[in-house]
Amino acid sequence: MATTTTTQGSEVQGHEAHADHGHAGHGRELQHHFETPQQQKEAATLGMWVFLVTELMLFGGIFMAYAVYRWAFPDIWAEAAHHLNTPLGAVNTVVLLVSSLTVALAVNAAEEGRKQRLIRLLGVTMVLGVAFLGIKAYEYSEKFAHCAGYKTPIAWATSGTPLGETECLVPGRAFVFPEAHGTTAADVHNEVTPGQGSPYQLFYLLYFISTGLHAVHMLIGLSIVGMLTFMAVRGVFTAAYSTPVEIGGLYWHLIDIIWVFLFPLFYLVH
Amino acid sequence: MPDFPLFPEQASTFAGPIDALYGVLIALSLIFGGILPFIILYLMVRYHRSQKADRTNQPEGSLPLELTWTIIPLVLVLGVFFWGAFLYIDIRTPPERNLEIYVIGKQWMWHAQHPNGKRENNELHVPINQPVKLVMTSQDVIHSFYIPAFRVKQDVLPGRYTTMWFEATQTGEYHLFCAEYCGTEHSRMVGRVVAMSLADYERWLTTPGEIILPDGSAGAGGGDSTLIPSIGDPMALAGAQLFTNLGCVGCHRDDGAGIGPSMVGLYGVETRMQDGSLVTADENYLRESILNPGAKIVAGYANVMPSYDGQLSEDQLNQLIAYIKSLSDSESASTRLSNAQIASVVADELK
Amino acid sequence: MATTALPSRGYLEDDTPTVWAWIKSWLFTVDHKRIAILYLLAINFYFLLGGLAASVVRIELITPQGDLLSSDLYNRAFTLHGIIMVFFFLIPGIPAVLGNFLIPLMVGARDMAFPRLNLFSWYLYMIGGIFALSAAVFGGVDTGWTFYTPFSSTYSNSNVILTIAGAFVMGFSSIATGVNFIVTTHTMRAPGLTWFRLPLFVWSSYATSLIIVLATPVVGITLLLVAIERIWGVGIFDPALGGDPLLFQHLFWFYSHPAVYIMILPGFGVISELISTFSRKRIFGYEFIAFSSMAIAIIGFLVWGHHMFVSGQSVYAGLVFSFITMLVAIPSAIKVFNWTATLYKGSISYRTPMLYALGFIGLFVIGGLTGIFLGVVAIDIHVTDTYFVVAHFHYVMVGGTIMAYLGGIHFWWPKMTGRMYNEVWGGISALIIFVGFNMTFFPQFVLGYLGMPRRYHVYPQEFQVLHVLSSAGSTVLAIGFIIPLVYLTLSLWKGKLAGDNPWDATGLEWTVSSPPPAHNFDEIPVVTTEAYAYPPEAAERDAAAWRPGSPL
Repeated sequence: MATTTTTQGSEVQGHEAHADHGHAGHGRELQHHFETPQQQKEAATLGMWVFLVTELMLFGGIFMAYAVYRWAFPDIWAEAAHHLNTPLGAVNTVVLLVSSLTVALAVNAAEEGRKQRLIRLLGVTMVLGVAFLGIKAYEYSEKFAHCAGYKTPIAWATSGTPLGETECLVPGRAFVFPEAHGTTAADVHNEVTPGQGSPYQLFYLLYFISTGLHAVHMLIGLSIVGMLTFMAVRGVFTAAYSTPVEIGGLYWHLIDIIWVFLFPLFYLVH
Repeated sequence: MPDFPLFPEQASTFAGPIDALYGVLIALSLIFGGILPFIILYLMVRYHRSQKADRTNQPEGSLPLELTWTIIPLVLVLGVFFWGAFLYIDIRTPPERNLEIYVIGKQWMWHAQHPNGKRENNELHVPINQPVKLVMTSQDVIHSFYIPAFRVKQDVLPGRYTTMWFEATQTGEYHLFCAEYCGTEHSRMVGRVVAMSLADYERWLTTPGEIILPDGSAGAGGGDSTLIPSIGDPMALAGAQLFTNLGCVGCHRDDGAGIGPSMVGLYGVETRMQDGSLVTADENYLRESILNPGAKIVAGYANVMPSYDGQLSEDQLNQLIAYIKSLSDSESASTRLSNAQIASVVADELK
Repeated sequence: MATTALPSRGYLEDDTPTVWAWIKSWLFTVDHKRIAILYLLAINFYFLLGGLAASVVRIELITPQGDLLSSDLYNRAFTLHGIIMVFFFLIPGIPAVLGNFLIPLMVGARDMAFPRLNLFSWYLYMIGGIFALSAAVFGGVDTGWTFYTPFSSTYSNSNVILTIAGAFVMGFSSIATGVNFIVTTHTMRAPGLTWFRLPLFVWSSYATSLIIVLATPVVGITLLLVAIERIWGVGIFDPALGGDPLLFQHLFWFYSHPAVYIMILPGFGVISELISTFSRKRIFGYEFIAFSSMAIAIIGFLVWGHHMFVSGQSVYAGLVFSFITMLVAIPSAIKVFNWTATLYKGSISYRTPMLYALGFIGLFVIGGLTGIFLGVVAIDIHVTDTYFVVAHFHYVMVGGTIMAYLGGIHFWWPKMTGRMYNEVWGGISALIIFVGFNMTFFPQFVLGYLGMPRRYHVYPQEFQVLHVLSSAGSTVLAIGFIIPLVYLTLSLWKGKLAGDNPWDATGLEWTVSSPPPAHNFDEIPVVTTEAYAYPPEAAERDAAAWRPGSPL
C-alpha cells in the first residue's frame, strides 16, 4: 500500500510509560494510541454502545424463555403474577425513572462543567439506586418470609404474625402456589408437592432470575456512579472532558430500560 | 475386504428416494467440487511464476461473472431444496391407516408395546408393506430412534410425544441405534429391527413372552392379547381399566353430560378452547391435559381437573392415550363398548 | 544461516533488569502484539490438549469393542476434545492471535481502542481455561460440548457446572475482543483508509465481531440457566420439572450456529490475504468478498434450526430453516469463485502459506458442499447425528479454520518474530496435513451414510475397516501438526532475518519493521490507495525475475 506520512504531535513511549498510561476512566489526558481527543471520545462512546447491545442480548435470552412459556401457559401466568407485590414494583419503576432523569441532568452538568451540581446529581442518583435495591430486597424477603410461614419479613424476624395460608413462591422443593394447592391431585393422593414443577414455579423462577440479574447490574451501575462521583469530587471532569460521565450515564439508562421491560412483563400480566 | 458397501441396505419406501436425492447431490458436488480443483490446479501451473504467460490486462472484477456464479448455484440449491422439501413432507406425513406402536426410550434401552399389548425390549418387530407409526416418548433424557436401513430418525423427548412412520419393504434384521447422545452407555442403546411378513408378524404378536418392563419388574411380553380376545386391542383395554380405576370416567362421561368433556370422537379433531383458540387433540394435547389440565381448557368447562403429574408411568399414559384414541376409531366404533361395559368385562376376566 | 540481531526497538525487546520484571512486562502488557503472543502460547497449548483427547478417541475406535477406555472415560474424552477445541481453540483462535496482532497494524493505529480491555480479555480466557481444565482434572465432564438438556441439567453426574463456568467466562473474553475489534475498525483507521480500502482480513474480522457481540451473550445466559437448573433443581429445560428441553436447543444453537461463522469467517479473511499476495495481484471482486462476509454474518443468525430437523420441531419450521440454509451457501460459494479468479493471470508462487491457502479452498469446498447435503431436510434425517456430520464439520473446522490459522501463522510469522522458518519443512508439513486430514475424515462421510452414529464408544463390526482407516489418517495428521511446532520454534533462534517485507506484500503491517516497534507507527500513515494495490505489471515483473533456483 503506498503511503505518505503526516506529522502528528504524539510522543512515542516505551513499554513502561505505556503501562502507566491511564484508560478512559483515569485521566483527562489523551492516551498515547489516540490521535485526537475527539477520536478517544468516539471510541469510548461506541464501545459502550456495543457493550449495551451485548447486555440487551443477555437479557434477550431470558425474554425468549419468558415469551415461549407465557405463550404456552397464558392463564397460569396471569394467575401467578397476582402474587407479586405490584405497588412496590410500581414504586421501584418510578424510583428508577427519576434516577434516569438525574443521571441525564448530571451528564448535562458535566458537559457544562458545573462541578457542584454534578456531584449533587450523582449523589441523588446513588441514593435512588440504593432505594431501588432496598425495595427489591424487601420484596424478595417477603417471598422468603412467606415460605417460612410469616406474613412479612418483619414478622419473620420477630416471630410475629403468621401467614394464614400455605404459600411459598421461592422456586425449589418447598414451592407452593396457593391456587394450585386447592385443586391438585395431591389432595386426593397426597403424593406430590403442589406447584412443584408446574408453570407457576417457572414463572417465579424467571422472575427471580431476571430481576436478580437486573439487581446485579444495578450493583455494577452503583459502583460506576460511585466512581464517577469520586472522580467528580477530585475535579477530573471539565466542560472539555466529561466522557466517563456520558458513558456511565448510558449504562445507567440501559439498566433503567431493562427494568421498564421487566416491570410490565412480570407484574402486569393479565 | 469381502463386503465394502457405500450405501446401507434399502429396506423401506423412503430409502430409494433419499438415496436418489443423495446420488444427485453427489453428482452435482462432483461437477462443482470436482471441476473446480482442476481449474485451480491448471491456474496454479499455468500462472506459476516460472511460467511464461500473458499477464497483461488483469481483470479486477466482473459483474457478469459474479452474477453467473451467484445465480447458477442459487438455482441449483433451490432445486435441491424443493426436491428435499417434498420428500421431507412425505416423511413427516403418516398415512391415515397405520399400525401404531408405542416406544419408550430410557437410559439405556428401548421399550416397545404393540397394539395388542405385546411388549419387547431393544427389538422392534414390524410387518412389511404396511405403514407403521411409532409414537415415542422418553422417561429421562433425549434419545433418538434411528433405523439406517429405513433412512428414518426421530428424537425421542421426555415429557412429550414425537412420532415417526415408515413402511418396510424387505424382510430382514436391521440395526436400531440411539442417535442422540444420552449418557454413559449411549453406544449400547442399540438393538435390531425385525421386518417380517404380515402373517409372521401376526404369529409373533400372539406368541407370549417374558420381558422386563421399563419400571424394572418382570412382566408378560404378550400374554395380554390372549387374555380377552373378545375385545381386541388390549393396550386400549388396559387404558380403559385405568380410566375407570383413576376415576376419570366420573367426569368424562361418554354422553358428554359430565363435568369434563367426553372423550368419544375427541382424538384428531379440532376443539375450541376457552381463550378462543382451536387445538387439534393429538397425543401431545392429551398428554398435557392429563399431566397439566390447566394449560388448555376446553370452552364451556371449568378448570377443575387435578393434575396426574408424577402419578402415572409412561406406560400407563400410553395406555390411557391408546384408549382415548380407540374411542375415535371409526372402524371399531360400531363394536365399541362403553366405559362401563369394558370395566365390567375387565372385572369379570380378572376374577 | 545468518543469525544477526533483530532490529532494536521491536515490541519483543525490552530493557528489563530482572527476570521478574521481564515476566511482569509480559503479564501486564497492554501492547496488542504482546497480547497476541500471550494468546498464541495459550491457544496452541489448548490445541495440543484437544488434539491429545482426539487421539485417545481415535485409538479407542480402532476396534469395535471398548477395550482401551471405559464408556465413561470415552465420553469424557470426546467431550473434552469438543469443549477445548470449540471454546478454547476455534472460537478465539484466529481473532485473538492474528486479529489482535494485525488489526491495529492493518488499520494504521498504535493499538486497539481499549488496550486494557484487551489484556483483560486474555485473563478472562485464562480463567475460563482453568475452570475447564480443572473440570477435566477433577473427573471430567460427559455431556458432549453441546450440553443438551435434560441430560446436562439433571442426569449427568460429572463436572457440568465447572465446565459451564469455563465456557461462560471465556464467552466474555470473546465479547471483549469483539467490542475492541468493532470500535477499532470504526474509530482508529488511519487518514485516507476508507472502508473499501481495508484489507479483507479486517472486513471478515469485523463481521466476526458483530456475530460475537450479538450471539455470545445468549449462550452465556443459556448456560447460566442450565447451571441454575442443576444447582437448585428447578425446571427451565427439564420437562420433569416443568421445562422445555427444546428451548435449550433453540437458545444454544442461536449462538452456536453463528459461532461456526465466528470460527470460519476470520479464516476467509486470512485466505483472501494469502491468495492475493502469492498471486501478486489485486484480489478479484473485492466488494463481493467483503459483502459476502457480511451476508454470512447476517444470514448465519437465521439458520440455527437446521441443527434440530429431527428434534421434533414442526414441518414448517424445518422447511423455513432448510430454505435459509440453502441461501447461506451462496456467499461462501462467491468467495471460492473469486479466490479462484484471482489466480488468473497472476504470478503464483508455492510458498508455505500459499500451500495452506490452496489446501483450504479444496477442503472447504468439500465441507461446504456436504453442508448443503445436511441442509436438505430429507437427507439430514438420515445422516444427522452420524459420522457424516462429524466429517462435515471437521472439513469446515479443521480443513477450513485450522488450515487458515496455520497459513496465517506462517504468513505473518516473519512479521511477528522477525525471522523466517524453514521453507522446505513448511511445504512438507503442509502436504502431510492435507493428506492426513483427508485420510482421517473422508472415510467418515461413508461411515455416516452407512448409519454409524456419532459419540459411539462401541460399534458394530461392519464399520471397523473405515474406522481403522480414519484412525490411521489421524496419526499422519498428528505428525503433520507436530512438525511446524518444531521448525517454527527452532526458527526463533536459527531463522534467517526476515526483513520488513519478505513476501513483497502490500498492507500497512509490512511497512513497519519486523518485529514491529512497540507502538507500531512513529507517524500515523496516510493511505492513498486501495488494498492489494499491486501495480498491473507486478505479476509480469515477478515472473520475469524468476530464475531456476529461486523459491517456487
